[in-house]
Amino acid sequence: MSETVIQIEGLRKVFRVGKVDVEALRGVDFEVLQGEFVSIVGPSGSGKSTLFHVIGGLTPPTAGTVRVLNYDLAALTDAGRTNLRKTAVGFVFQKFNLLPTLTAADNIAIARHIAGRDHIAEDPEFRKVLDLLGITHRLHHKPAALSGGEQQRVAIARAIVNHPAILLADEPTGNLDSQNSQAVLSVLRDLNERIGQTILMITHNPEAAAYGHRLVNMRDGRIVQ
Amino acid sequence: MINKLVLENLKQRPIRTSLSILLIGVPVTLILTLVGLSEGTLEDSARRQRGVGADIVIRPRGSSFMALSSAPIPEGIVKMLSQEPHITAVSGTVIQALSGLNSITGVDLESFSRISGGFRFIEGGPFRGPDDIIVDQFYAAQNNLHAGGRVGGILNREWRVAGIIEGGKLARLMLPIRVLQDATGNTGKLSQIYVKVDRPANIDAVVASLRAKLEGYPIYSMEELLSLISVNNVPLLSGFIDVVVGIGIIIGFAVVFLSMYTSVLQRTREIGILKSLGASRWYVLNIVLREATLLAVGGTVLGILLSFATKWVIAEMVPASLTQKIVLPWWPIAGLIALCGSLLGGLYPGYQAASQDPIEALAYE
Ligand SMILES: Nc1ncnc2c1ncn2[C@@H]1O[C@H](COP(=O)(O)OP(=O)(O)OP(=O)(O)O)[C@@H](O)[C@H]1O
Ligand SMILES: [Mg+2]
Repeated sequence: MSETVIQIEGLRKVFRVGKVDVEALRGVDFEVLQGEFVSIVGPSGSGKSTLFHVIGGLTPPTAGTVRVLNYDLAALTDAGRTNLRKTAVGFVFQKFNLLPTLTAADNIAIARHIAGRDHIAEDPEFRKVLDLLGITHRLHHKPAALSGGEQQRVAIARAIVNHPAILLADEPTGNLDSQNSQAVLSVLRDLNERIGQTILMITHNPEAAAYGHRLVNMRDGRIVQ
Repeated sequence: MINKLVLENLKQRPIRTSLSILLIGVPVTLILTLVGLSEGTLEDSARRQRGVGADIVIRPRGSSFMALSSAPIPEGIVKMLSQEPHITAVSGTVIQALSGLNSITGVDLESFSRISGGFRFIEGGPFRGPDDIIVDQFYAAQNNLHAGGRVGGILNREWRVAGIIEGGKLARLMLPIRVLQDATGNTGKLSQIYVKVDRPANIDAVVASLRAKLEGYPIYSMEELLSLISVNNVPLLSGFIDVVVGIGIIIGFAVVFLSMYTSVLQRTREIGILKSLGASRWYVLNIVLREATLLAVGGTVLGILLSFATKWVIAEMVPASLTQKIVLPWWPIAGLIALCGSLLGGLYPGYQAASQDPIEALAYE
């Protein structure tokens, strides 16, 4: 029996924009088991990204219970959420979001540094991941010299370099052509299958969504069906 | 790793970086030049005092050790002093301030050479008439003078250059004492009296006995006088230096504040990425402060280099009026001033960056 890594009940998230409250999440119930590959789909503005931001500790929930591993996110302080991001989750965004001034290798290295793991010299498991991502020979380049697909694979490498329990990928293929999309998606599937990486992936593309084991549909800040 | 990121950030925007360094460097140079000028020029005047070779100096009543241009010591004192025990030579001088930091000294060559062994002339020789002036080699070089030539603009008239002396003794410009006394309405008055004592061991005793006899006159042994000639004892100068130090801090602050503030605004996204990777507030603040520190270090180095340039320019252009010294002990002080300003300037932008909401940075372009 797999462990539950995410457990969410009655999650609400309200943004205050000026004098107006925007309800991005209106009562989400959701559970993810370790080793799952979940695809999340839904129309624009339905709250998919917001859900990720709450799970990943980028923003606190307004109401409801959110459990990620052993963290109770409703009770977590700012510093606690920083810690969660550092150790438990890894983000991949639509815009590849690499630091433009650093090489691919240094982009990955800085994630290790932030997590305080840069003194661990050898990480054979991560070597395997790099091989699997097929970017080993491109690591000394800066992002501008890499193709979109390569950049996104570097971003994936960076997101999992600290072995987070959960990988959150927000439209990872949104900016890629179909060939690069395929490469990135198969990398995600391989990560899931070979090293058991738990993955949540937001996508607008039904083909991409098919890579996941489970499809979750969001609408108006809720999970439907 | 942070250092790499910081360095790359600085390299990424070379114009911003070099401009910031230049702007931080300017006040550093300003401080080093001002302090160097103060110390150099004072040391120079101390060197000339020492060069006189006197053991005791008597100054006018109520004057400080630096004040120039008044001549209220009655000349009669010279005669009285030369009858004192242990005193072997006495010579009075008159000093008149000219424009800027320059001054001219009236000297009686005969009694003065008994104290100092006389001047060493590079060109020409002693005074021969009331129109004669003696200048030192630096003044001569700066104004392109030669023995037998004429020089104008001093005390509103023209003089004949009788001789050019080796620098470092008494003064840069000298007139016969009577001439200067009469020209400045100080007939029969002196502004400084030099005294030579038979043996160094007797100096303190002579000073003590003179102090008892000449009540109210500041009387210094040469050693005392020289130790008093320092920047800290010149109220105007040290106040001036404080002001420039303050300006240095403010400029450093403003430059780094603006520079870091705009760069933090431009880097919202990068900061959001770092935060999404789990970077703490301190981590982000640390990056900004290190960048500010590097700018300050760069500015300090540049400022030090520029202070060598100002020294060269001053030595080339006005060797007789100003002397700039390279003041090593002030390098770390100037560096610290630049650093203080920079860190203060980096603090607010750094705080701003540290408390930035990562979602806003990442979700919206
Ligand atoms: N930081 C924020 N401040 C204010 N409103 C926000 C913020 N983030 C999201 N929202 C609002 O919350 C709602 C859900 O946004 P969210 O980005 O989660 O949607 P999404 O499903 O990811 O959409 P898309 O498919 O376009 O990415 C939207 O109405 C959005 O305007
Ligand atoms: Mg979204």
